[in-house]
Amino acid sequence: MALKGRLRDISLTQLLNLVKLARKTGALTIEGDQGRVELYFKEGKIVHASLNGDGDLARLLLKFGRVREHQLRTVLQQLSAPNDRELGLRLINAGYISRNDILYAIRRHTSDVVLKALSWEDGKFHFEPNKPPPPERIVVPINLDSIVLEGDQRQKELATLREELPDLNVALRFTENPSTNLSKIKLSRDEWRVISFINPRNTIAQIAKYSGLDEFQIRRIVLKLMRNGLVEVVGQPTGRPRPAQAAPQGVGAGAPSSALSSGGAPSSHRPKAPAVEKNVVRRLIKFIRGL
Amino acid sequence: MQTVKMVVTGPFAAGKTEFIQTISEIAVVSTERQISDFTSTVKSSTTVAMDFGRITVDDDLVLYLFGTPGQKRFDFMWEILAEGMLGFIVLIDSTRSETFREAKQIIDIFRSYADTPFVVAANKQDLEDAWPPEDIRIVLELEPWVKVLPCVAKDKESVKTVLLELLYTILESYDHN
Ligand SMILES: Nc1nc2c(ncn2[C@@H]2O[C@H](COP(=O)(O)OP(=O)(O)OP(=O)(O)O)[C@@H](O)[C@H]2O)c(=O)[nH]1
Ligand SMILES: [Mg+2]
Repeated sequence: MALKGRLRDISLTQLLNLVKLARKTGALTIEGDQGRVELYFKEGKIVHASLNGDGDLARLLLKFGRVREHQLRTVLQQLSAPNDRELGLRLINAGYISRNDILYAIRRHTSDVVLKALSWEDGKFHFEPNKPPPPERIVVPINLDSIVLEGDQRQKELATLREELPDLNVALRFTENPSTNLSKIKLSRDEWRVISFINPRNTIAQIAKYSGLDEFQIRRIVLKLMRNGLVEVVGQPTGRPRPAQAAPQGVGAGAPSSALSSGGAPSSHRPKAPAVEKNVVRRLIKFIRGL
Repeated sequence: MQTVKMVVTGPFAAGKTEFIQTISEIAVVSTERQISDFTSTVKSSTTVAMDFGRITVDDDLVLYLFGTPGQKRFDFMWEILAEGMLGFIVLIDSTRSETFREAKQIIDIFRSYADTPFVVAANKQDLEDAWPPEDIRIVLELEPWVKVLPCVAKDKESVKTVLLELLYTILESYDHN
């Protein structure tokens, strides 16, 4: 009994709903254009996620700024084999991080991976019942509802963002007379990174690539900068053919991305009685039983 | 003599012809045709008009089974076939999740004709890649009281069970009124 299929036929939202309602335990693997996502579940909750095999604690703690590189190096040297639990304990014992830092990094990573996969329009998936997460990983159970809800909101927001900024193959430049002073708006690390790449030779798509941002993130940041009057679109970079932009429609590939409801709204009524005598039905039953 | 009618429906290649063939006392009168287009990778022939099977209970009671044609361009026949039916069976190829959305649409269309009792049969459960009936129920968002039954259309006992479950559902529907 393997559950197999494609996301364009059965959306990840539907699959997560299934995992939740059937309280499934096992691993869901999705292979898409952007790589391979593995999601591990225990009794309907997600406990571990990885994108292209990432998800080791050392990298997560670094990525989310919870630990310094030299601290990590010191502790990693003491480990004979990769083991996140051991690594975590040692980092805590050394006073570098707290237990909450670990939980934060893992939770954030898990929901990032799921959110990324939720934005995929197609990919092959299969579910392996009872397959446990890699033993060297720390598992942190997370409710699926909140992640799926956020995924739903993102899909809606993405549709709006695509309307406002349809083409990512255009370059940006700083406006001559910005209406807002840069120092007056609060910018995140990712936003600063985008700003550092702004240059009439870089398209938005290239900036996204250099700074490791996905479509949703880059659109959101660029639009924020545009709305604040800091940057504007230059137009086509010279000598570059204009590739067709992915159609903004087709979010969720037509599948109803129902939120995690309890399995569909029950219809208002049950069937009416048929137009034959009840006895006729009884005779049919008796006969077919004896076939 | 009284005749009653049941309809067997479902997406292309779900096993409708097979299902009727397994239980019918007459060779199924179906209008099969070789497939030449891309769908021929799934199987080599399809039902172009309808399947027709018969179960004679006694001198004055006969059950007819009608199978809907698999291809979309024959949709216009559905309503005609549905007319006056006692109940219907929706067959699903449990191994091809790409057909589940269509199965859901078919269920909705048949339910819109009349409030007729029906069951869903998760067919091809003998194959390794089959989705379990309960998972199909969740993905199709079917109400808890809709029966989603495991089925192997080649197997007579399995087909009997599905037919009987539909008849039990029909019997229960008298009590709701
Ligand atoms: N393994 C297995 N194969 C089945 C089962 N039921 C049907 N099949 C096969 O599935 C294929 C399609 O079955 P059909 O009975 O022709 O399907 P159909 O729904 O009548 O197809 P259309 O009329 O073209 O829509 C055939 O090759 C059958 O032999 C089953 O329970 N198990
Ligand atoms: Mg057929």
